[in-house]
Amino acid sequence: AASSRAQVLRLYRALLRESQRFSGYNYRTYAIRRIRDAFRENKNVEDSEKIEELLNKAKANLEVIQRQVTIGQLYSTEKLVIESPGNT
Amino acid sequence: MFPAAAPGGGPHERTRHRHRHRHRHQHRDRHRDHVRPPSGRAPARAGVTPPFPPTPDSSFPPLLPSGRAGELGGAPRPLYMDVQATTPLDPRVLDSMLPYLTACYGNPHSRTHAYGWESEAAMERARQQVADLIGADSREIIFTSGATESNNMAIKGVARFYKSRKKHIITTQTEHKCVLDSCRSLETEGFRITYLPVKKNGLIDLKELEAAFQPDTSLVSVMTVNNEIGVKQPIHDIGEICRARKVFFHTDAAQAIGKIPMDVNNMKIDLMSISGHKIYGPKGVGALYVRRRPRVRLEPLQSGGGQERGLRSGTVPTPLAVGLGAACEVAREEMEYDHKRISQLAERLVTKIMSEVPDVVMNGDREHRYPGCINLSFAYVEGESLLMALKDVALSSGSACTSASLEPSYVLRAIGTDEDLAHSSIRFGIGRFTTEEEVDYTVQKCIQHVKRLREMSPLWEMVQDGIDLKSIKWTQH
Repeated sequence: AASSRAQVLRLYRALLRESQRFSGYNYRTYAIRRIRDAFRENKNVEDSEKIEELLNKAKANLEVIQRQVTIGQLYSTEKLVIESPGNT
Repeated sequence: MFPAAAPGGGPHERTRHRHRHRHRHQHRDRHRDHVRPPSGRAPARAGVTPPFPPTPDSSFPPLLPSGRAGELGGAPRPLYMDVQATTPLDPRVLDSMLPYLTACYGNPHSRTHAYGWESEAAMERARQQVADLIGADSREIIFTSGATESNNMAIKGVARFYKSRKKHIITTQTEHKCVLDSCRSLETEGFRITYLPVKKNGLIDLKELEAAFQPDTSLVSVMTVNNEIGVKQPIHDIGEICRARKVFFHTDAAQAIGKIPMDVNNMKIDLMSISGHKIYGPKGVGALYVRRRPRVRLEPLQSGGGQERGLRSGTVPTPLAVGLGAACEVAREEMEYDHKRISQLAERLVTKIMSEVPDVVMNGDREHRYPGCINLSFAYVEGESLLMALKDVALSSGSACTSASLEPSYVLRAIGTDEDLAHSSIRFGIGRFTTEEEVDYTVQKCIQHVKRLREMSPLWEMVQDGIDLKSIKWTQH
């Protein structure tokens, strides 16, 4: 359904936006990569029950990311040697 | 603890001062546990530094909202390519642990109140998550402090329980230090140990294993994935061989579980050691799988309250157990994804280095291996010098336990690596959080410094001139 498509996209964007805020390079790049790959992998899922299940999982993960981004910002460290403007 | 350096540089002196300060507090705090103040007031837990300075004490640099963790004093952090030593905690794992480090602090063994019940429920859920990863029953999982304890428990425990009839144990020369050391200590108790050699590729010869059995063999202990060279032993075959002889089979799977599929029933494993911090879980926790049918019996190492079916007395650390459980569940869900990605990154690293630098040897079997552990020897380069030159990348020449010594690794010696090549080895660890950029940076730096060090090496010069180094008679001193 159209509404669910919009819902999925909204969640996808929220997950990516939140993941951008991870202060740790490795967690940030992993989260973004993993979210993209998971949504790509499941883009052809038709079964509405399965979609519902995946959406719930994504929502739970969004909350985890929000909390962990906060914690990461409280205890941030120096940047990695490869984190120059050219590198993510 | 909040090992926070002062933001804005120059924290060294003060950081050290804070350390001393903190130790004093902890010491006093421990003392207080025994001497309770008569008043009902709880003593301030000085050992737990609050996340903000309690008083404007000048010896505590203020921890600003953007508190800096780490002890590197403002220098950029090196890349982390040593995931066989330890892995970063997965944020999903930390998220599952935090409630049990804060509000839900009950003792999981307390049976008289809700605090205990909630911790017990969390602990049992974690036990189930560990069991699910390896195809076991949750009642077969014993929480320990880590794989070292699990290995000690399994080897000494089985040996001692059956000692009246069975006095022989088989293991391999390339096991982790804690397995070899447990065996050594059993030798002083009168047990006989066979340390099987390995072939050039790091794998054991199954025929040699079969020949090593004696009528009184109680246990075979062979690790699944080697921590230094990443080779994967034929666990399935070893399991079959042991089961046919009714000898218990223990495997140290610290570097394997969550990374490659493991099933204790399919592989006929009777005891299996598991570690938390090798699978993006917390340090200080692990597990031992102990088969119930056919029943494996152990003599416990620790005496006490009889927790964990009497095999491991001591309160189970709920947050750590929960973290181990979460790490296992994440690993189970992510195994395929991680494995595919780690294989690609490993391929990228090896191909790039090998195509740019001649005389690089990959240690251990090329086929039967876990791809995330790559051990390369750079001929005519001293490994320690290379590690020093690659200070921007956290790497190791082998096991972290022995990384302080300059001795070549006993694992490399066991696979017959020449002394000089054993001295020139570096282990590259690729994990869940490693990126292409990190691999490329590591490769580039590695190539650059190997070339530079070889330029400086008289040995390399001689080789380029066509001199066979083995033919040289070095003067005796």
